[in-house]
Amino acid sequence: MLKVENLKAYYQTEMYGVSRNVRAVDGVSLELQKNEVYGIAGESSCGKTTLIRTLFGAFDPPLRVVEGTVTYSLDGESVDVTKIQGERLRQIRWKQVSYILQGSMSLLNPVRKIRKTFWDFTRAHEPITDAEKFEAMARNHLNRLGLPAQVLDSYPHQLSGGMKQRVAIALATLFEPKVILADEPTTALDVIVQRGVLQLLKRIQRETQSTLVIVTHDMGIHANIADRVAIMYAGRIVEEGRVKHIFGDPLHPYTKHLIESLPKIGDKSTRTSIPGAPPNLGDPPPGCRFHPRCPYAEPICRRESPHLAAVANDRRVACFLVTTKENAHVS
Amino acid sequence: MRSLVRIIADLYRYDGRCRFGFTVILLIVIFALLSFISPYDPGYSYYAAPNMPPSRQHFFGTTSRGQDVFWLMTFAVRNSLTFGVTTALLSRIIAVFVGLTAGYKGGMVDRIMMVINDSFVVLPVLPLLILINFIMKGVMTLFRLAVIISLFGWPWDARLIRSQVLSLKEREFTFTSRFSGSRTSRVLLTEHLPFVMPIILSTTINNLLWAIGMEVTLAVLGLSNISIPTIGTTIYWANQHQALISGVWWWLAAPVGISVLLFIALYLLVVGLGEYLDPRTRLQRMKGVLSDERA
Amino acid sequence: MSSTFLRYIAQRVVQCILVIFIGITITFLVPRFSPTDPVEAAVNRAMMMGQYSHPDAVRMMKEALTKMYGLDGTLGQQYIRFWKGLLSGDLGPSLSSFPKPVMSLIRTSLPWTAGLLLVSAIISWTVGNLLGCLAGYFGNQRWSQVIGMIAMALHPIPYYIMAFVLLVALAYVIPVFPIGGAVDIGLKPSLGWIYISSLLRHAFLPALSLVLIGVGGWFIGMRTLVTNVVAEDYVTYAKYAGVSDRTIMYQYVMKNALLPQITGLAMQIGLIFNGALITEYVFSYPGLGYLAYNAIFTGDYSLIMGVAIFSIVGVSLAVLLIDLAYPLFDPRVKYQ
Repeated sequence: MLKVENLKAYYQTEMYGVSRNVRAVDGVSLELQKNEVYGIAGESSCGKTTLIRTLFGAFDPPLRVVEGTVTYSLDGESVDVTKIQGERLRQIRWKQVSYILQGSMSLLNPVRKIRKTFWDFTRAHEPITDAEKFEAMARNHLNRLGLPAQVLDSYPHQLSGGMKQRVAIALATLFEPKVILADEPTTALDVIVQRGVLQLLKRIQRETQSTLVIVTHDMGIHANIADRVAIMYAGRIVEEGRVKHIFGDPLHPYTKHLIESLPKIGDKSTRTSIPGAPPNLGDPPPGCRFHPRCPYAEPICRRESPHLAAVANDRRVACFLVTTKENAHVS
Repeated sequence: MRSLVRIIADLYRYDGRCRFGFTVILLIVIFALLSFISPYDPGYSYYAAPNMPPSRQHFFGTTSRGQDVFWLMTFAVRNSLTFGVTTALLSRIIAVFVGLTAGYKGGMVDRIMMVINDSFVVLPVLPLLILINFIMKGVMTLFRLAVIISLFGWPWDARLIRSQVLSLKEREFTFTSRFSGSRTSRVLLTEHLPFVMPIILSTTINNLLWAIGMEVTLAVLGLSNISIPTIGTTIYWANQHQALISGVWWWLAAPVGISVLLFIALYLLVVGLGEYLDPRTRLQRMKGVLSDERA
Repeated sequence: MSSTFLRYIAQRVVQCILVIFIGITITFLVPRFSPTDPVEAAVNRAMMMGQYSHPDAVRMMKEALTKMYGLDGTLGQQYIRFWKGLLSGDLGPSLSSFPKPVMSLIRTSLPWTAGLLLVSAIISWTVGNLLGCLAGYFGNQRWSQVIGMIAMALHPIPYYIMAFVLLVALAYVIPVFPIGGAVDIGLKPSLGWIYISSLLRHAFLPALSLVLIGVGGWFIGMRTLVTNVVAEDYVTYAKYAGVSDRTIMYQYVMKNALLPQITGLAMQIGLIFNGALITEYVFSYPGLGYLAYNAIFTGDYSLIMGVAIFSIVGVSLAVLLIDLAYPLFDPRVKYQ
C-alpha cells in the first residue's frame, strides 16, 4: 500500500543570524499493508509528527524532504508524494489518503457552522449539484459514524472536545480513503471519550478495509488498537514489529523503557523513568542516538550508528546489543 | 538589561528597517545636540536678514523674524525629543504600575483596574487636552504639558504589559519562587521584569512617537508654550507669519521634513521590535532543544 | 438570546456609561482645579480689547460669568448642576456668538465631523484590511512588500502633518482641490449634482489624509493577524483537504482575522476622532474641530467645554455601537 524508503526530512531555518538544520526525520524506511493499523510511538519531538506530515506530502518550508521516497500504490499505479505537487497531489488527498492532524480542539473553523465546513470539504473533491443531495449525504455519513445530524447546525464551540474530534474524523473519511493518517487523535480528551474515538477509528478502518496510521506517545493506545508498532527515537525508527511481540518481548533498550513505564494493574512499584532528555535534533549525538541515555551502551554505540535490521519475520531493530548477539548466534 | 542590549544589537544587525531607523534617529539626535554649539540664541530674532532662502550661509534659510532655520531647528528638535522622552518616561510609571499590579494581583483588583483602563483607552484625548491647555494657557510650560499628556498616555501600554504578565504567571519559575517563599515584589522585580522589559521598551518608543505628535498638534493650535522652539511651535510661528502664502516654504519644510523622518524611523523600530518579540519568530531564533512537532 | 450574550451586552453598556462618566467628570474638574481661572481669563480678554471698564462693571461682569460658567456654590452643588444641565441638553450660551447656545453651534457642526469620520473610517478599515489580508495570505510577494513599505511610511505620520502636506501639495502647489470649507460659498444644500460634487471635492482632501494614515495601520495589523491565523490548525486542515484558496482566504482566514480588527476599530475610534478634529482645522472643515479652533481663538470657554463633552459622548456611543455589532460576526458570543 505504502512504501517509505530512506526518508530524510529536515527543518532548515535561517533567522537573526542563527541557522538551524533540524533533522526531524533522518533515514526512515517502512512498509504498510492494506487493511492494517500501524502505530508510531515515541516521546514528544522525536519526529513522529514530521514523519506523518511527510507521508501526506505536506512539507512546506522550512520543512524539506532532503532524500528518500514515499510511494503509495493506488489502483495499481505507484505515486511518490514527495515528487508530485499541486492538482495531482490534491486529487490524491482526501479521496485516497486522509490526514487528521494533531489538535482536535482546533481543527474546525470557529466562525463557520459544521454544515458549511462539510460543504467546503465535499466540494473540494466532488461538485455539489444539489443541496438536498448534499444534505442527505452529510446526514447519512454522520449517522454511519454514530453522530447526531444536529451537529451540522452547530458552531464548533458548541460541541464537546470528543464531539469535535469525531467531526474531524467524519470530515477525513468523507470519501472512504484507502489510507488514514491520524496524529495524536485522542490527546486532550479524557479517558472515556478517548476510547469512543479510538473505537470509531478502528470501526471505520475495518469497514473500509483501509490502512490506518496512528501516531501517539501513548503506548496504551498502541496496545489497544495497532497491529504493528514502530518506535521512533530522535528522528529514526529504533524498533518495529507486531504489537504482541513488541509488548511481550521488547528488544531495544528504549522500547523496554517505554513499556516498563506503562502502569500495570496490581503493580505497586514505582515507575522507572528514563534518565536524561531526548537529544537536540539540531545537533544529535554521534553513533547510536540513544547511547547517552542507554544503561547498556558500549564503546561501539558511541562511534557507529546501528542499522534497522530484520531480526525475525516482521521484526526489525536498530541496536548493536541485539544485532551483534544475533550475528554471534549465526556464526 | 544585558538581554535588552542584545536585542538591540540583533535588531541592528539583522533587520534592515531597524538599521534604517537607528541611523536616522542617531542623525537626528546629533542634529539636536548641535544646538549646544549654536551661534544664535533661539530667543533672539532679527539677527539675520529675514525670509532668505536656503544658502551656504543659512542651510535651511531664515524665517520672517530673521532667525536661522537650521539652528532654530536644532533647538526645536532637542526640545521636542526631550519633551517626548519625558512624557514617555512619566507615563511609563503609570503603565508599568497598572500593568504589573493588575496582571499580578488578578481577581477583583484586575477587573476593576481593567474597566477603568479600558475607559481611558476609548476616551478621545485631544478634546480633553484642548480643554486643559486652553484653561492653562499662559501658565503652560513644556514640563507641565509633558505631565498632562503622560496622564493620558498609559492605558494601551498598561494593557499590553498586563497580558505579558498574565502569560508569565503561568510559567513554572513563578510557582517555584512563590512556593519557596519569595515576596511578591521580589518575584516581580527579579523574575518578571526581564521578560517585560522589551515590551516596555517597545511601548516607550510608541509613546514617544505619540507624545511628540500630540505636542505638534497642540502647538499648531497655539496651545503649547509658544515661546519655546519645538517642532510644533516652529510650524505655529510659520503659520502665524503666513509663511506659505509669502513663499517662505523652507520655514515649514524643515520642521515637517524632520518630523516625518523622525516618526518613520521611530515607527520602524517599533515594528522591528514587535516582530522580534513575536513568539513565533522568537521560537525559531532560540537555540537548543525545540519541539519540531509543530514548527 | 443566551446568558453570555446578555452579559456581554450589559458589560458593554456599563463600560460605555463609565467612559462617559469619567470623561465628563474630568472636564468638570479641570477648570475647577486649574491654577488659572476661566472667568479671570475672559475678563482680561475683554479688557485687552481696549474698552475702559469701570471697576463696578468688571465686578458685575465677573459675577455674571461665574454664574454663567456654573462656578458659583460648593463643588458638590456645581457638580450636580453640571449634570442637570447636561442631561437637559443645556450647555449655556456661547461667548463668541452670544447669545447663541453652545448646543446649537455643536448641532450644526456635528454632522460634518460624523460624516467625515464615518466615511474615512469605513474606507480605510475596509481597504486596509482587504489589502492586509491579501498581503498576509500571499506572503512574500513583491507587491505586498511594496505596499507594506508604503504603509509603514504613511502610518506613523501625525494627522496634522499629513493634512498639511496634502493641503500644500494638492491645494496650493497643484491647485486641484479647494483650500478649505465644506462646499463652495453661497451654494444652497440640495441633491443636485453641483452641490454634491462641490461637497465631494471639499471633503476629498480631509478624507484622504485620514484614509492614508488609517489604511496603513489597518494594513499592518491585518497582515500580522493573517499570518497568525494562516498557521491555525483549522486552516491547515482545510488546506490539506483541498478546500479552494478563495474559500480558505475569505471564510477561514479573513473572517477570523477580522474579529480582532472589529474590536480594534472600537478601541481606536477615539484616536481617529482626534485625527478628524485636527484635519478639520487644517482644511477649515466646519465640524467640531474647526469649532474648537474658533473657540480657542476667541477664548470661548463654554464652547470648548461643549465640544469636549460632545466628543466624549459621541465617541463612547460609537464605540458602544461597534461593540454591540460584534456578536453578529462572532458566533461564540451570540450562541452558547
